[in-house]
Amino acid sequence: MKRYSGFSLFKNALSYHENWQKIWRSPKPQTDYDVIVVGGGGHGLATAYYLAKVHGITNVAVIEKGYLGGGNTARNTTIIRSNYLWDEAAQLYDLSLKLWEGLSQELNYNVMFSQRGVLNLGHNLQDMRDIERRVNANRLNGIDGEVVTPERIKQIAPLINISRECRYPILGASWQPRGGTARHDAVAWGYARGADALGVDLIQETEVTGIRRKNGAVAGVETTQGFIGADKVACVTAGNSGVVAAMAGLRLPVESRPLQALVSEPVKPCLDTVVMSNAVHGYISQSNKGDLVIGAGVDGYNGYGQRGSFHVIEHTLQAICELFPAFSRVRMNRQWGGVVDTCPDACPIISKTSVDGLYFNCGWGTGGFKATPGSGYVFADTVANDHPHPLAAAFTIDRFNTGALIDEHGAAGVAH
Amino acid sequence: MLLIHCPHCGEGREEEEFSYSGEAHIVRPLAPQDLNDREWGDYLFFRKNPRGIHHEMWYHAVGCRRYFYATRDTLSYEILETYIVGEKPQVTSAGSGQ
Repeated sequence: MKRYSGFSLFKNALSYHENWQKIWRSPKPQTDYDVIVVGGGGHGLATAYYLAKVHGITNVAVIEKGYLGGGNTARNTTIIRSNYLWDEAAQLYDLSLKLWEGLSQELNYNVMFSQRGVLNLGHNLQDMRDIERRVNANRLNGIDGEVVTPERIKQIAPLINISRECRYPILGASWQPRGGTARHDAVAWGYARGADALGVDLIQETEVTGIRRKNGAVAGVETTQGFIGADKVACVTAGNSGVVAAMAGLRLPVESRPLQALVSEPVKPCLDTVVMSNAVHGYISQSNKGDLVIGAGVDGYNGYGQRGSFHVIEHTLQAICELFPAFSRVRMNRQWGGVVDTCPDACPIISKTSVDGLYFNCGWGTGGFKATPGSGYVFADTVANDHPHPLAAAFTIDRFNTGALIDEHGAAGVAH
Repeated sequence: MLLIHCPHCGEGREEEEFSYSGEAHIVRPLAPQDLNDREWGDYLFFRKNPRGIHHEMWYHAVGCRRYFYATRDTLSYEILETYIVGEKPQVTSAGSGQ
């Protein structure tokens, strides 16, 4: 792999940028692998990268039915934060945030990570009590955060409406300065390039249609390109996890729901932070291109259609217009949906299964993007050692039978 | 926006009038105290979550305030039938295991 640098940019400019190296190979699948990662989104690619980088397991294939990073990695609102309430979740998401902080250098690929801060607004007294509690819990876990007043919020995001006259006045917020946004495609592409350089085969446009088992253990996967053998199969298939689990005769505590987002036409810089509100339900940031990126709610019913109901985005835009009256005249450009795999406790599943050699990393629901590096890191460790990484131990699938749930509905950005 | 036919009211109404109650035909164990953790967890949390034909429960929250079942395609979102609790679905899929 040729490293990207200022010098390489200059050198390639001399040949009109026509001689850049292909960013990754497109190999034919081998007959078998040590590990097959099913799903070539951000989490799957990160898993493959850390398997090769940290654990030296390079005989790995990532099998993706579409193109790399074309599912939820390309459909989210790119918000990154780690201000979760419970120790287990906070430590997992903060590992991820720490990895984000060095990711562009680590991957030699600009993931455009921008620590512009995240505000989570409170609109009533109970919101503010919950925010106080969450910020205190965060600080005990070594995660930055403070409770801020409406006046301070106005300084951070001057266009916001802090009037007490509106239906849901802003009473305060939690503020995590280390949070921010990153470029969603770049994360997938950076991990893909890094994994490919370490010898991982990235196999696109190949759908896994079955999981073959032998004597109760995984033997490989059936695909649209034929059978591929593997000692271990790691499934990172987000919204389609239930479908993949059914191939192995398993059920998951997961329901797949459509979650929508939308972007406006590009406008001049006007919002240099991320503003989220659970109570009125909307979240908004401005991309580097200038579009306002707005996240809507999750639909009330199961669906795999990658689209959602209009009344859901209507509701979110009502909230955004109340928070930012100036945005009422901005025109919306595009709207889309992704299929998110929601767990009953709004926390992920990073786990071995009852089938030897079969692992699942799913259930990230409405907030998986921020966790991409950490998720890949602890899942790679879990797969490599056949034993949960210390930070993943609380997120096994068994918690739904033991009752040790980690209730993060309060800190999750989207109610579900 | 889904248009849902409520079998109690006998008319199609907008999705916003309804709320969703998840997978249908999950039978509550008659003697929960006799179940072990695995069986109780499976009953509470584990779901089929199919991509395709799904039998599910809806509640006509701002209408007749009664529950009913629907058979819906989770990929196309087409509602293939709605029926009253206690009835059997007319449309089934071998793949959904029902």
